[in-house]
Amino acid sequence: MTPPVPSGSWPRAPWVRRLRLPTQPLARHLVLALCGAAILYAVTSSLSPYNDFEVGEIALYVIALAGLSLLTGLNGQISLGHGAFMAVGAYSAALLMTHTHLNLLIELVAAIGAAGLLGLVIGIPATRLKGPYLAGMTLLLALALPPIADKWSTTFGGDQGLTTTVPSAPGSINPEEWLAWIQIVGALITLVLLANLLRSRYGRSFRAVRDDEIAASLAGIHVARTKVIAFVISAACAGLAGAFLGLSTGVVNTGEFPLTLSIQLLAAMVLGGTGTLMGMWWGAVLLVYLPQWSTSLSGDFNLGSGASAYLATIIFGVVLIVVMIAAPTGIQGGLRWAWRRVWSLRSGPGDGTPTVSRHPA
Amino acid sequence: MLEIQGLSVSYGAVDALKSVTLSARPGAITAILGANGAGKTTLLRTISGLVKPRAGAVRFDGDELLGRAAEDIARLGVSHVPEGRGVIAELTVEDNLRLATLWCMGRRERQKAIEATFELFPRLSGFRRRHASTLSGGERQMLVLGRALISRPRLLLLDEPSLGLAPLVTAQLMALLRDHTQGTDLTVVLVEQNARSALSVSQDAVVLNLGEVVMSDEAAVIAADSGLRHHYLGF
Amino acid sequence: MSLFVNVTLNGLANGMIFAALALALVLIFRATRIVNFAQGAMGMMTTFIASSLLGRGVGYWWAFLAVLVIGFVLGALVERVLIRPLQGKSELNPVIVTIGLLVVLEGLAGTIYGNSSRGFPAAYSQSGLTVGHTKIAFSHFDVFILVAVLVLMTGTLVLFRATSLGLRMRASAFAGEISRLLGVRVGVLLTLGWALAGVAGSLSGLLVAPTSSFGPYFMDLVLVYAFTAAVIGGLESPVGALIGGLITGLSISYVGGYLGSGLQPLGALVLLMVALMARPEGIFARPPARRV
Ligand SMILES: Nc1ncnc2c1ncn2[C@@H]1O[C@H](COP(=O)(O)OP(=O)(O)OP(=O)(O)O)[C@@H](O)[C@H]1O
Ligand SMILES: [Mg+2]
Repeated sequence: MTPPVPSGSWPRAPWVRRLRLPTQPLARHLVLALCGAAILYAVTSSLSPYNDFEVGEIALYVIALAGLSLLTGLNGQISLGHGAFMAVGAYSAALLMTHTHLNLLIELVAAIGAAGLLGLVIGIPATRLKGPYLAGMTLLLALALPPIADKWSTTFGGDQGLTTTVPSAPGSINPEEWLAWIQIVGALITLVLLANLLRSRYGRSFRAVRDDEIAASLAGIHVARTKVIAFVISAACAGLAGAFLGLSTGVVNTGEFPLTLSIQLLAAMVLGGTGTLMGMWWGAVLLVYLPQWSTSLSGDFNLGSGASAYLATIIFGVVLIVVMIAAPTGIQGGLRWAWRRVWSLRSGPGDGTPTVSRHPA
Repeated sequence: MLEIQGLSVSYGAVDALKSVTLSARPGAITAILGANGAGKTTLLRTISGLVKPRAGAVRFDGDELLGRAAEDIARLGVSHVPEGRGVIAELTVEDNLRLATLWCMGRRERQKAIEATFELFPRLSGFRRRHASTLSGGERQMLVLGRALISRPRLLLLDEPSLGLAPLVTAQLMALLRDHTQGTDLTVVLVEQNARSALSVSQDAVVLNLGEVVMSDEAAVIAADSGLRHHYLGF
Repeated sequence: MSLFVNVTLNGLANGMIFAALALALVLIFRATRIVNFAQGAMGMMTTFIASSLLGRGVGYWWAFLAVLVIGFVLGALVERVLIRPLQGKSELNPVIVTIGLLVVLEGLAGTIYGNSSRGFPAAYSQSGLTVGHTKIAFSHFDVFILVAVLVLMTGTLVLFRATSLGLRMRASAFAGEISRLLGVRVGVLLTLGWALAGVAGSLSGLLVAPTSSFGPYFMDLVLVYAFTAAVIGGLESPVGALIGGLITGLSISYVGGYLGSGLQPLGALVLLMVALMARPEGIFARPPARRV
């Protein structure tokens, strides 16, 4: 299994200071990303093609989850429909692939742009909505988009869907490893960009708006614009993740983007640690491996072949409930807390009281 | 008899009450005085079960109140008129009154009690079916006072009832309170900013400052202590 | 013309069902400021229970009654076990927990009852009534839907407006703390609100199941339509839920009839967005009360 990679650490953990990393955020995030890339390179080149495929999937889910974490954890908006943005990204890229012969980069940018555009359409009314209203609207979005692809089946390929093609790998690299690499690089770039964004003026206004909209607007922050920006960025991340998912599965059809995908994204984000970026690696691992575990689990209990998908669903639901009631900071929050505990024991009293950072969700 | 012993309340790091000990006797009004933030509201909210204290004891006629739910304390005969006029704006005037009687009266008795309250506050009887949201500040104050008295409480907790009222109305209110207390076994705890009018109507008084009891004595004694008045009561 | 009449009638029947589930959402929202996204899934679960009762030879009306009672208990249980611990936390927490419950229930239903969608019987004939010489798209069962939801709505209104229990429920919804100071057991009444919502949700499940592909996900769309209806109605008033239900039911039916059923959810999304843009607190919401 892939260890979580410390590439876009935010905010900075104590050990970062001791390692004397560059103090300038962009430089530090880049250095961390490069270290992460090196570790992942070592991992992928020693793994079997199938494991490479899984590492690539983890990377793509990290992209979607990081966007969601930014939206919910740092800006206080919720989305139960991120699967829909992934679908838009996947279909946009796949449509370009079937009708044109452009470069993969252009197709990915188109996916990001299309999903971001939908994010804009949804994000503008969302600025006026409180939590439950926005939740309901995005839930409806997740259910409303897939039937559209079925309705215009000649364009979108109907049940069959659209096929995607991975650009051929240079040299002797096998295709799975090459795809995993594209996805990992995508994830690392996304994390570096988001980590920098959060350290910037925008990141501060995201958090200010989350904490208190009135105070933020008194402080001169344009609340509505900030919320729309957060929504667009988050949707764009999901779009990129969707395009990558299409590359991994080889086909894009509506069956890939059920409501449960959106809810699983939410569960993975919450489990990883709402508002963190690094915690999303845990969530992504869960997204990729839980279905496999539940398949073997339902085999062990003789639950029948159809049951394994349902078992995974149940586990995701239980994760949502238990984390919210018992540990709302998720895995990453727990790790930070534990880390501070250890650190304060070593450095003596008076430092690192076990306060968990203010939690928005 | 209300007896409070060693009551301490904190909100996180803020100590709102520090080992407060005081008592209030039946048939008398006990004024609780003190500056903003002295802990007066906290004291009343702790008595009526809305705030859980860190330590201490609150006994009323032998019953320990701490650890009981607010609704159970209300059912022991404790009426709390909260700070800022607690009318339920979305209900009609009559429903506001009726709500307070549901746990203690049958249908017939309830109707009588409501009529009696309208006799006490004739002004209210004109708008029984109006939403309480349409009442003026003074009318709301009449409504919450009528609502507090309708269940025939044994302990009445009033948090700044004169806030925002015209001086004349305040005087009427104080007179009404005195009439309801004298010669009965009703215990009244009256929190007031307006120390002068509170002292004029009460028999006992307690001065709180920064969560601590500075002095507790007969109202006349406190009113006569010019140093105390000057220092804590501002008149 | 006849398409229009039939589509309208169909929208009416669907609208009544949305109104029932919207009422469930309203009962909970007005008391706790929470939207129960698991309400549809709870109705799905109880309908599955009804299905297995019917499979064991229990009479239709007995199963119907039993499931309403089960819905009541389930609603109360959910409030006590899952929602109570969230008191005083961020408004996003209950959203996430009810979503979690939604998928847990769907997963459970899928595991227990299997994947294949089975039929669910209707109380009355589902073939259209004949008016004059033409058959219209309104069956005996649709009449039953109309009556059942109207009974539910009237019952709720009578409860709220004319009983002391309803007075207590309204008071605890509007002003929990003051109600407690007046001796009202607010906690019990909140649970009761969830329980009654459970009944309304169960009813909507029983009414939807015969006309849909009955499986673990059959209430998903109904829930979002009901949410749309509830939001249009202001999320606070039972009458608003009814009006919102009818507006949503008719709009969706027209979209389905003239543009194709695949666009119905999108139609609802547009309706919801328009409603939220026009007035985020709902078209039929009361103006906020004056607070002094
Ligand atoms: N919910 C709360 N959380 C944190 N601190 C609180 C809370 N309620 C009161 N306090 C603090 O406790 C102290 C006492 O407050 P309290 O409301 O009891 O004062 P008070 O005597 O009623 O003042 P006033 O005359 O202004 O009403 C104050 O310092 C206040 O800031
Ligand atoms: Mg006060």
